[in-house]
Amino acid sequence: MEVPQHRRSARAAALVGVGLMAAVDEVVFHQILGWHHFYDLGTPAAALLSDGVLHAAELVLLVAGGFLLADLARDRVLDRAAAWGGALTGAGAFQVFDGLVNHKVLGVHQVRYGVDLLAYDVAWNAAGLVLLAAGLLVLRGARRRSRDARDDGPAP
Amino acid sequence: MTPGWWPTALATGALLAPYAVGLARRPPTLPAWSPWRTAAWVTGALLVAVAVSPPLAGLAATDHRAHMVQHLLLGMYAPLGLVLGAPARLLLGSVGPARGRRVSHLLHSAPVHVLSHPVPAAVLDVGALFVLYLTPLEAAVRAEPLVRWLVLGHFLAAGCLFTWSIAGTDPAPRRPVVRARALVLVAAAGAHAALAKLLYARAVRAGDVHASHAGAHDAAHRADAAVWMYYGGDGAELLLAVALLATWYRRRSPRARRPAGAVGHARAR
Repeated sequence: MEVPQHRRSARAAALVGVGLMAAVDEVVFHQILGWHHFYDLGTPAAALLSDGVLHAAELVLLVAGGFLLADLARDRVLDRAAAWGGALTGAGAFQVFDGLVNHKVLGVHQVRYGVDLLAYDVAWNAAGLVLLAAGLLVLRGARRRSRDARDDGPAP
Repeated sequence: MTPGWWPTALATGALLAPYAVGLARRPPTLPAWSPWRTAAWVTGALLVAVAVSPPLAGLAATDHRAHMVQHLLLGMYAPLGLVLGAPARLLLGSVGPARGRRVSHLLHSAPVHVLSHPVPAAVLDVGALFVLYLTPLEAAVRAEPLVRWLVLGHFLAAGCLFTWSIAGTDPAPRRPVVRARALVLVAAAGAHAALAKLLYARAVRAGDVHASHAGAHDAAHRADAAVWMYYGGDGAELLLAVALLATWYRRRSPRARRPAGAVGHARAR
């Protein structure tokens, strides 16, 4: 009987969570709502390069996470609870990172233009923190369950 | 003078005919050639043909958007098809042992080894774009048809080299591990995205200062082309990442791996 791989499942799903949140940001806020600009011309050149590399990394993380999860599922060792926890944690961590580092430190772009930013910034980062907290809670539950399952099983 | 349909016909023939000969000469003793590889190769060849066809090539001299479509097709999408067509594997299978050894010797030679490493390949591919778009070379490309065709040839050659170094399924000596190739892909795609935004900023600023109608028109085209470069690059990066991770996923399949029991025994001892 295969033992579910708690840590590997959470890690692979976290990559997918980061990539998915980046994709949501791109599709919903850039394309559908048009709140962010493609590029607001205010960005210094160095930030432009780091922004480009981050953007490129998000796509590769999404694909790599997907293949890692598929590999775990093929071996029947995917821990579903840990995967959900990992995905939520990854998504929340990215949202907070985007809100603090991209918007505030690097100043690549803001959440929305021509409005009072504070409410938007608070909502953006609060949403990220909620996701992050939910992910960590689910992860903790999954870890406890996988430990219990191991204790109940035959001695190694 | 324009070359008309000649480049289209030449590219299609030069890509499809040798592949067809290779398929016809493949010995029946070898495993059957996957139709997906053939389909990938034909798709790549068709994309090359479209990129150099008169409607697009004619427009590219004056409209930067058409040039950008040529760059995306020749530099990124066509190479993906051509590389997934596994031409080196087909060649090695169909030339017989003596010539196969010579081909294999060539593939193992030092220059091929250095050039086909992901890092030099990325510099030749994406690095050359920085040189092309940020130096006076760009004006020469517009003015001189010969330079224009050379640049298009470079797009295709460097694009194939980079794609092959990242996601090639052909046998290659000392290919870096998947993680290293993924890192180079991120760096190259990131540089491509940054260049696209830089070109966008330049075009928008140029549009602001140009008083003439033609100048503003050209700047608007350039801004559009930069946006296409950015999102077109995303699409190519996504496909390349899938192709790269798919090679990893296939290699880890239970059929390709040693049985889990054998590994456990080895560890126990």
